Amino acid sequence: MSTLALDTSRAVDPSPVVRKKRTTPARRLLHVFLIVVSATWLFPLLWALYNSFRNYSYTAIHGYASFGGFTVSNFTNAWKQGDFTRHFLNSAVITVPAVFLTLLLSSMVAFVVSRFSYKFNLALLGMFTAANLLPPQALLIPIYRMFRAIPVPLWVNDSGTLLNSLWGLVAINTAFQTGFCAFVLSNYMKTIPMELYEAADVDGASVFRQWWQLTLPLCRPPLAALATLEVTWIYNEFFWATVLLQSGDKFPITSSLNNLQGQFFTDFNLLSAGSIIVALPTLIVFFLLQKQFVSGLTMGSTKG
Amino acid sequence: MVAIPSIVVIGLIWLPAISSVVLSFTRWNGIGNLSGSDFIGLTNYRNVAANYPPFWPAMTHNLIWLLVMFFIATPAGMFLAVLLDKEIRGSRFYQMALYMPVVLSLALIGFIWQLIFSQQNGLLNAVTGSNIDWFGDQRYNLWAALVATSWRQVGYIMLLYLAGLKAVDHSLREAAAIDGCSESKAFFRVIFPVMRPINIIILVVTFIESLRAFDLVWIINRGRNGLELIATLVTQNVVGEASRIGFGSALATVMLLISSGFIVIYLRVVMKGDR
Repeated sequence: MSTLALDTSRAVDPSPVVRKKRTTPARRLLHVFLIVVSATWLFPLLWALYNSFRNYSYTAIHGYASFGGFTVSNFTNAWKQGDFTRHFLNSAVITVPAVFLTLLLSSMVAFVVSRFSYKFNLALLGMFTAANLLPPQALLIPIYRMFRAIPVPLWVNDSGTLLNSLWGLVAINTAFQTGFCAFVLSNYMKTIPMELYEAADVDGASVFRQWWQLTLPLCRPPLAALATLEVTWIYNEFFWATVLLQSGDKFPITSSLNNLQGQFFTDFNLLSAGSIIVALPTLIVFFLLQKQFVSGLTMGSTKG
Repeated sequence: MVAIPSIVVIGLIWLPAISSVVLSFTRWNGIGNLSGSDFIGLTNYRNVAANYPPFWPAMTHNLIWLLVMFFIATPAGMFLAVLLDKEIRGSRFYQMALYMPVVLSLALIGFIWQLIFSQQNGLLNAVTGSNIDWFGDQRYNLWAALVATSWRQVGYIMLLYLAGLKAVDHSLREAAAIDGCSESKAFFRVIFPVMRPINIIILVVTFIESLRAFDLVWIINRGRNGLELIATLVTQNVVGEASRIGFGSALATVMLLISSGFIVIYLRVVMKGDR
């Protein structure tokens, strides 16, 4: 498999010697093509990174397609003007409990579905998986009304309802993500041999203990992958936060972009720096936990 | 143990979904409880189709969105996955470059692409010397948004497809090579057919994501002036405007109807072989 798809010479000569050769013209062409594509793909982010380090007055005179005028003050300014401390905190307050609850709830569903063979298992799993695929906008009206009607104590939320509350967002994110995680986890749990559970039954372990002390520890790899993926997804969640929160100071970082736009509109260096700051947590995930992220993403489409 | 998750998902997803459908047949001013609403049959749908100017443009935009994803971004991602599946030096670097945008939110992607598409300070106009407002002018903004969204979609599809390719039994390729198949022929005749499940999943992902497209256009201009999509219309009818609940629900039901077909296909593929 060492030549380019367009190369027909392979058909004539399928000898293994050809395979070992590394620098055929076709191969060089492939590399050139891939380098060009990769560079194009990296460019928008690198462009933002580049301009985030340049000062406004310099680029105002020389234009953005120039070189020079380097500074780091955009980052401190963007952080202050965008009130990033508050918004990052909001993001954390939503993301951490939501990911935790999602994994907890979905692992319970997955456990029951894979441990017992009830007739309704398939329907149950289908109900959870399908929920993840519904367009969120289609649920907006009832959710909006419902959240406005659900009273919560004032110490939970100052408006007295779930609307405009970070906990409301935890709830809706959890509900939406549980389906996907339940599906992925159930595929993984089905590979756990039944004999383990039989042994646990003999030892007198309750179903709850089997889930907590047997299944969950065995599921560390998919749980780690899903946790990585869900942190990224919920951190990136934009729609629900935009429509269910009304006061700007409650917005998590991703939906606060909507307000930042107006503030940074005149100063693209600030806009660049802001973008880099917002991208940073997910980019850290990308560089440090790449394997987890990718396996979480692909586990849903390729079984197991 | 199933009870709690079920209550959460039924209460926050399925009941609201059903309510959307029910509300779409009623007239409700949004004040007081639901019993104060009147059943008005298909009137809302008739209004949506006939008396709501943004509806058909939005449908068209969603369709264009889908077609671009389906014919350009998704095949591009699949093609790159096939190239990267070969044993080549630096494959990991290429993969990383391509799927880096996948970890970014679409809202942020809209933000970042402003640096390129902006009329005043954007790179594109600086380089080409044109004076087009790429995100503002309704002749261009849908296409600009599609470029930005493809940036992410290509990497996403590449990742999914690459995982699928890696799972294909290696002996199949060897057999094809021994039989004298060219690589492109081996791919289309052997590999592509055995990857049928993942092809369908990618198809469904493409359709559903095109239907749900929202974040990017909302960050650009809240889905107006050439960027109307079904998802933004539903949102505009709910947030702030309390009187159009039935109407907004009719739009929501249209979305639900379209998506449910794909969800059924998806479930049938991923659950095949289960009890």
